[in-house]
Amino acid sequence: MNVILDYDVGNLDSIENAFKQLGISFITSKDPNIIKECHSLILPGVGAFEKSMKALEETKLIPVIKEHISKGKYLLGICIGMQLLYEKSDENGEFEGLGIFKGTVNYLDVKLKIPHMGWNQLKFKKRNHPILKYIKEDDYVYFVHSYYVQSNHDELLAYTNYEKIIPAIVSQGNVYATQFHPEKSGTVGLNILKAYGEMIK
Amino acid sequence: MLAKRIIPCLDVRNGRVVKGKKFKDIRDVNAPVTLGKHYSESGADELVFYDITASSDEKKISLEFVSDVAKNINIPFCVGGGVHSIEDFKTILRKGADKISINTSAVKNPKLIKEASIKFGSQCVVLSIDAKRNEKGSWSVYIKGGREKTTLDAIKWAIEGVKLGAGEIVVNSIDHDGMKKGYDIELLKKITQSVNVPVIASGGAGTIDHFYQAVNEANIDGILAASVFHFGEIRILDLKKELKYRGISIRL
Repeated sequence: MNVILDYDVGNLDSIENAFKQLGISFITSKDPNIIKECHSLILPGVGAFEKSMKALEETKLIPVIKEHISKGKYLLGICIGMQLLYEKSDENGEFEGLGIFKGTVNYLDVKLKIPHMGWNQLKFKKRNHPILKYIKEDDYVYFVHSYYVQSNHDELLAYTNYEKIIPAIVSQGNVYATQFHPEKSGTVGLNILKAYGEMIK
Repeated sequence: MLAKRIIPCLDVRNGRVVKGKKFKDIRDVNAPVTLGKHYSESGADELVFYDITASSDEKKISLEFVSDVAKNINIPFCVGGGVHSIEDFKTILRKGADKISINTSAVKNPKLIKEASIKFGSQCVVLSIDAKRNEKGSWSVYIKGGREKTTLDAIKWAIEGVKLGAGEIVVNSIDHDGMKKGYDIELLKKITQSVNVPVIASGGAGTIDHFYQAVNEANIDGILAASVFHFGEIRILDLKKELKYRGISIRL
């Protein structure tokens, strides 16, 4: 079972729509019993880190999510959902994340315009990874963010350049995450979700 | 590199696109979702829907199109027109819009920019500015669809808007709108030099050259146009290919 985690952080129509278009089955839920049973969990997120983390805490699902990951089940974090997987963020204060990945989320301190908003190109750090199966280097995806991940890049599969190296697709074990919005990234985004869908089959 | 965005703008009244009639090859061209999908598949990087429904009761029904679009289109889209309050923001964002553009309401109540950006993030607060050259040689801000002149200076208002939290500025030149003689490069230049958020040019496109000038000379981040796309005078794909050929960073 593939579950989109509904923890009241915005509209999930686009993600649901993307899965529907691809014929990947899913249910949208925050019921711990359902989440304990699922083998793939989609962790969305919009807005600020703190707000998303608080909303997640309120669902009391954090131990369930951590157990899900430790059992080697699949997870896909999207945008803030990716950032939440790291140790902490300095967005409007200092807030702890889930600490699945080593690294921090920091303000994107660049001379270019902030937010980093729009279509930017993917550069591959690792090739031949199954999640990259249907896309190619320099494909465009849609980013909207002002904070970015800083890590030792061990988990990095693909990045984009925006004065700095912005981690775009990361993975460790069966945990995947994207800084951009695959559900808003046209055909390229759908192709990433398609590859994910094949992995969780 | 971040791609320059090509953004078709659709006017919606009572849940239907106004002026969509020229598309002979698609059925029900007046459904926002149908036309939006057509543009998305033609290479649009983003869509803007501007709801011009007059009465607030009818508007509630009209805005149902937002959910339809969110459920069927995989590119970002912005909704504008008659957004007055945080409550309006919430309603439209819940339906799945990525951004909200405000114009008259922001002039009348600048706090709205600040509150909305704190609550929902700067990335979804777009400040749309209608500007017209005045006798002093600068640009005045107009509201209510260009009908009412204000005492605000367009460039100062853009700076102030960004300070309050706007994450993007749309600059619509009243003098150039509908003239098809090109964008107001001078105004756009002044604004891109004054703010550090994306600036979208609107009003005046007639040829591919006009798009090129706006990007090349005024360094804008996105270009919004309506009639040249709706009436099939410029095909988005042709436009993008040509801009890319001329060295502009474009998503193809």
